[in-house]
Amino acid sequence: MINVQQIKRRFMLHLDPVLLSGLAALLFVSLVVIYSSSDGSWMRVLGQLVNILVAFTALWIVANMPLHWLMRIAVPMYILGMALLIGVALFGEISHGARRWLNIGVATIQPSELMKIAVPLMMAWYFEKHEATLTWRNHLIAAVLLAMPFALIVRQPDLGTSILIAASGFYVLFLAGLSWRVMGTLFVGALASAPFLWHALHDYQRHRILMLLDPSQDALGKGYHTIQGMIAVGSGGFLGKGYMEGTQTHLDFLPERSTDFIFAVYSEEFGFLGNLLLLGIYIFIIGRGFIITANASTYFTRLMAGSVTLTFFTYTFVNMGMVTGILPVVGVPLPLLSYGGTSMLTLMLGFGVLMSIHTHQRLVKT
Amino acid sequence: MSRTVELKDTQREIYFFRLRLFLSLGFVALMFLILLLRFFYLQVIRHDYFETMAESNRIYVVPIVPNRGVITDRNGVVLARNYSGYTLEVTPEKVPDMQATIAEIGKLVEIKPKDLRRFKKLMSERRSLQTLPIRTRLSDDEVARFAAQRYRFPGVEIKARLFREYPFTETTSHLLGYIGRINQQEIDELEEQEQATNYMGSDYIGKTGIEQRYENEMHGVTGFEQVEVDAGGRAVRMLSRTAPQSGKNLTLTLDAKLQEIAVQAFGDYRGALVAIDPSNGEVLAYVSKPGYDPNLFIDGIDTENWEALNNSPDVPLNNRALRGQYPMGSTIKPFMALAGLHYNAKMASREISDPGYYTLPGSSHQFRDWKAGGHGRVDLFKSVQVSCDTFYYGLATELGIDRMHDYLQQFGFGKKTGIDLEGETSGLLPSTEWKMKRYKQIWYPGDTVSAGIGQGYHLVTPMQLAFATATLANDGVAFKPHLVKEIQHPEGEVQIPPQPLYKVDIPAEDLALIKRAMVAVTQPGGTAVGASMGAPYTIAGKTGTAQVIGMKQGEKYDEKKVSEYFRDHAWFIAFAPADKPRIALAVLGENAGHGGSVAAPIARKVMDYYLLGKIPTPLKKADAKPGVEND
Repeated sequence: MINVQQIKRRFMLHLDPVLLSGLAALLFVSLVVIYSSSDGSWMRVLGQLVNILVAFTALWIVANMPLHWLMRIAVPMYILGMALLIGVALFGEISHGARRWLNIGVATIQPSELMKIAVPLMMAWYFEKHEATLTWRNHLIAAVLLAMPFALIVRQPDLGTSILIAASGFYVLFLAGLSWRVMGTLFVGALASAPFLWHALHDYQRHRILMLLDPSQDALGKGYHTIQGMIAVGSGGFLGKGYMEGTQTHLDFLPERSTDFIFAVYSEEFGFLGNLLLLGIYIFIIGRGFIITANASTYFTRLMAGSVTLTFFTYTFVNMGMVTGILPVVGVPLPLLSYGGTSMLTLMLGFGVLMSIHTHQRLVKT
Repeated sequence: MSRTVELKDTQREIYFFRLRLFLSLGFVALMFLILLLRFFYLQVIRHDYFETMAESNRIYVVPIVPNRGVITDRNGVVLARNYSGYTLEVTPEKVPDMQATIAEIGKLVEIKPKDLRRFKKLMSERRSLQTLPIRTRLSDDEVARFAAQRYRFPGVEIKARLFREYPFTETTSHLLGYIGRINQQEIDELEEQEQATNYMGSDYIGKTGIEQRYENEMHGVTGFEQVEVDAGGRAVRMLSRTAPQSGKNLTLTLDAKLQEIAVQAFGDYRGALVAIDPSNGEVLAYVSKPGYDPNLFIDGIDTENWEALNNSPDVPLNNRALRGQYPMGSTIKPFMALAGLHYNAKMASREISDPGYYTLPGSSHQFRDWKAGGHGRVDLFKSVQVSCDTFYYGLATELGIDRMHDYLQQFGFGKKTGIDLEGETSGLLPSTEWKMKRYKQIWYPGDTVSAGIGQGYHLVTPMQLAFATATLANDGVAFKPHLVKEIQHPEGEVQIPPQPLYKVDIPAEDLALIKRAMVAVTQPGGTAVGASMGAPYTIAGKTGTAQVIGMKQGEKYDEKKVSEYFRDHAWFIAFAPADKPRIALAVLGENAGHGGSVAAPIARKVMDYYLLGKIPTPLKKADAKPGVEND
């Protein structure tokens, strides 16, 4: 008995029970919704369960890493990521009009996913290194560290991932005290360059933005995703249509309903009240992230924790925004709810970092 | 750098960091608030709208077309029926390469050039997403062959449907009319009448004749099936079903056998015949010769047939009985005689001496009688019997055109009879007022003289003349002529009651005099002497010959044809038995010459069958009896 207790203690040693309970709640909802969105397929549920277990293992491992380990892997991980991204640009496999995947013999990997962790890690490490003597030059170099992978991913093209990476890097810059004047200038500059950016976008990306402005324009074509998503959410009403009762879901009107549009499934069946609950869980997790960030002891951990938390928020907002028609469809899954192993893995790695930050400094304190 | 400064810096750093973190928190809160408002907007404020959208996504309404009502004659003989069969239909929008597809279909199912021509015509006038038949009446073999290869032909499908058929073809064409594919104009009309929903699945609508007039009765009420479908359009389950209500069956007043006999009696002559039961206005036979095959029109007529019908000098598409307007000629005389009796008490005993012509006082212009040298002494009775023109020249002058107008209009001249068919014309009953309005000219006495024998401005349709004859036969009591006797509702039959319109006030002795004179017409000494020969019943009649004024514009000059089309029209009106009439009719033989020789024998065959059940041997043009060379 003592032994079991010990194992349990050892197991939980570097996990944060508060954060963990939030994640568990979300993952439970994920399994419930995937069962419905796949029309009652236990295979799908099982698949997601495997994804969860793998991701959780990764979380546990990272959570148990001492902080200096994390700092030590930042640079190699970033360099590896960049190498792989360049590899993708040169030898990558094209699928659905985008060059995102790299065949490494045993499997096909998507290096941009790795960069979701590697970029903020690298930037936080860089700021930590120059903590004492921070000047605008350091910000500039950090921005370049961000811009290089961003540019490569935009070119693939992968709007969703590049937005998330840009966000995670920007959060690091912002928390590291990027001056308001620079941000103001950047903002104005972005507005001014919008027409050029518009030009640089791919046709399908432009369509998605146009469709956001008026989805009914092409209800059966490009606007279909948005319209069906909005219909699903709107027809859910206050209380929802009931579990497994969503007509948009079960009659195949919703596209990608286990992945990017899983929120529409949830929303149709559980309604406004269900949305409040779900939003509550997300706020709980993000709130916990903020607390961990605020209490982080080093510059590196503060920046890293803040970036992970805010990126998680960005994920959530972008996905819910696109499903409900206030953002263009950019192919961002709903974090921890959508079916899929890769995003689950990166997200849980992020939470592993958060827990490591939280539990290791707790140990240091005591 | 001292340690305290460094510590201080760290605290400052933490302070600034937390400030930034706090700002981020505010940003997160703001964004989530936006999401929350968006949820509220979609799920609470606009919920009804999206609910409807979701419902219309999943619920598909499939119309079930009702069966069209069947038309039978008064004895139950079917005149228009439905049969089930297969068509091969194409949705042009779904076919990538029409030429290639048609060529491929042609390998499985025979497609005649005629089918292709019709299909091309339909293509040019279709509505969007309508399916068009490329082949009708597929055999079971063809259905099987195509069904096996179906997957190769997106946008082409076999449809099992009810088809309309008119077994009597030409014989009943002008009265039944036909149904045809609904065109854009008809869609607009249906929408105006708020009938569009009821026609959701219907491809056909009555275009002319009874089919058009009784469209609402015969179409029926479309049923609906509510089906739940998935995004691919596959039906998942049926939610509800409203059965269609079949269209109502019509029983006509027409006697199909009588109709056939009447049509055959015309032989090769063009013309029209309308026979009415004078006691109730029921139309017993309704002929317009030549007819056409209405079956050609149902799925859209092909160009070749259309041009043949449309360009024929015989104008088979013209509904002569209803729309043909002809000078009435001497058939006006019995009615003129009644007018004379009405306005002049001494008319019955008037007697004139006919020199063979008539002159107006103070004029030397001679209005000729048809018989050179005249009829000798002629009274009212004899004027009808021998059709003396001179008598009526004088009578017309005495009455004046306006009194003629007022009296004759009581018999329905100059206005529509109101028969239950669309497109009736009203003929023309002239008056001084009319001439002033129409030509801005005063009425000349000479106009009146020729009006007395039904020439000049007078125009009638065969329908009108039959109606006037029936009214006369029925002692002045006019019934609205009608073709539909019963409408069969699911709950039972609804008889269309005879509709008495009015009574023309005619003193009994005047009526008796005119009827006797009309009987004399069909007997030795009369103008239609052959008409009642050997008949066991008495026939009252009147012949007429209407002069053709000219040809229509735009017709090609053809010597043989022109001479034929310039010939006189032959009229014969009659009722029988004379003392208790059961049938009244008007016969027009277009360019057929004299009423007594051509029109009267046709009338006799019709009356023989109707009154005696006698079936005649067909009459050919060559058989026409030489008859009396007169009017």
